[in-house]
Amino acid sequence: MKAVIIGCGRVGSSVAKQLAGDGWDVTCIDDDENALSRLGEWRGGFVIGHGMDLEVLDRAGVATADAAVVATDGDNTNVVIGQILQRRYDVGCVVVRVFDPRRAEFYAERGLRTVCPTKTAIATLTDVVRSCDASPVGSAG
Amino acid sequence: MRREPGRERGVTTDMYAIVAGGGKVGANITRSLVRMGHEVTLVEQRRDRFEQLEAELGPIVLQGDATEIHVLERAGIARPPEIVLAVTGDDEDNIVISQLAKEGYGVPKAIARVNDPRNQPHFDILGITQTVCATSGLLGLVEHEVPEHDLVKLLELRGEGLELVELHVPPDAPAAGKRVAGIALPEGAKLVSLMRNGVGEIVRDDTVIRPGDQVVAILKPGVEDRLRRAVVG
Repeated sequence: MKAVIIGCGRVGSSVAKQLAGDGWDVTCIDDDENALSRLGEWRGGFVIGHGMDLEVLDRAGVATADAAVVATDGDNTNVVIGQILQRRYDVGCVVVRVFDPRRAEFYAERGLRTVCPTKTAIATLTDVVRSCDASPVGSAG
Repeated sequence: MRREPGRERGVTTDMYAIVAGGGKVGANITRSLVRMGHEVTLVEQRRDRFEQLEAELGPIVLQGDATEIHVLERAGIARPPEIVLAVTGDDEDNIVISQLAKEGYGVPKAIARVNDPRNQPHFDILGITQTVCATSGLLGLVEHEVPEHDLVKLLELRGEGLELVELHVPPDAPAAGKRVAGIALPEGAKLVSLMRNGVGEIVRDDTVIRPGDQVVAILKPGVEDRLRRAVVG
């Protein structure tokens, strides 16, 4: 199975390594060549360029990819690339990182698999505080 | 019958517009719309630019990122406006603003600026049919001035699936000396007008095409080559 990771930062590079470890054929795209160093001993593909550039996407082999993860540092860049991968290249599983919860929800309603780290952080932080021994003033007893 | 232009037109042309992006393009569009009597909100992200625009245009300028839904809501996207103009310097932002406006809030018309012509296919495939690209427009004008190009695209009507092209008729062209009705035009193409010695005229079936004419045709995309062969050779 082939996966393309667009945006090889902390998140993208770690996802790439985990999928490669699972046996996926992984190619990463990043416009900064230094991003390759995040991948360590890397036997997968690496294409330098912007994910909006169709030539770059073609070189990374998105046309034959089974899955794609879009995790550049721009929410709008991610949702646009994600939609291009779905509509132009018919990639079956496209997962897109979107920091803004409302935009994540908007595009999720339109068929994009969005992952919103902000929403996860809010839920987790709230849950951790709620599970502490400390209680809000007035609610104890 | 004499009409009262002001009153009659006032009702139909009054509209609400949101302009996203307060650069030269957005600021000038806003000024023009305000002058025409329309209601406008201009959204600009950068604080320094916003202050400049607010000093000039007053409270119709709003500071914020127009790709954030709460900012668009403050700008009145839920009313909804008759038109949204996504004219920031970032193509991804313009795509997202157009999608939020049309798909999220039912805005009937969204016009997006394309900064980098290489991104045009992205706008097209994501359903943003009304776009304006200064680079492509300028290139078209340059081609218009260069006689080596015998077929020049003047205008693409994306929504209609039609385009306007201009053809330069050389002396040995198959159409030269022929009446329009006698030219074997491909299906889906029609000659509209011609320019001869600096004078434009609408062509009729009995108009005779002459060498040196610049002929404007309307056609369905894809028949350019057959039209060129029929007119220019």
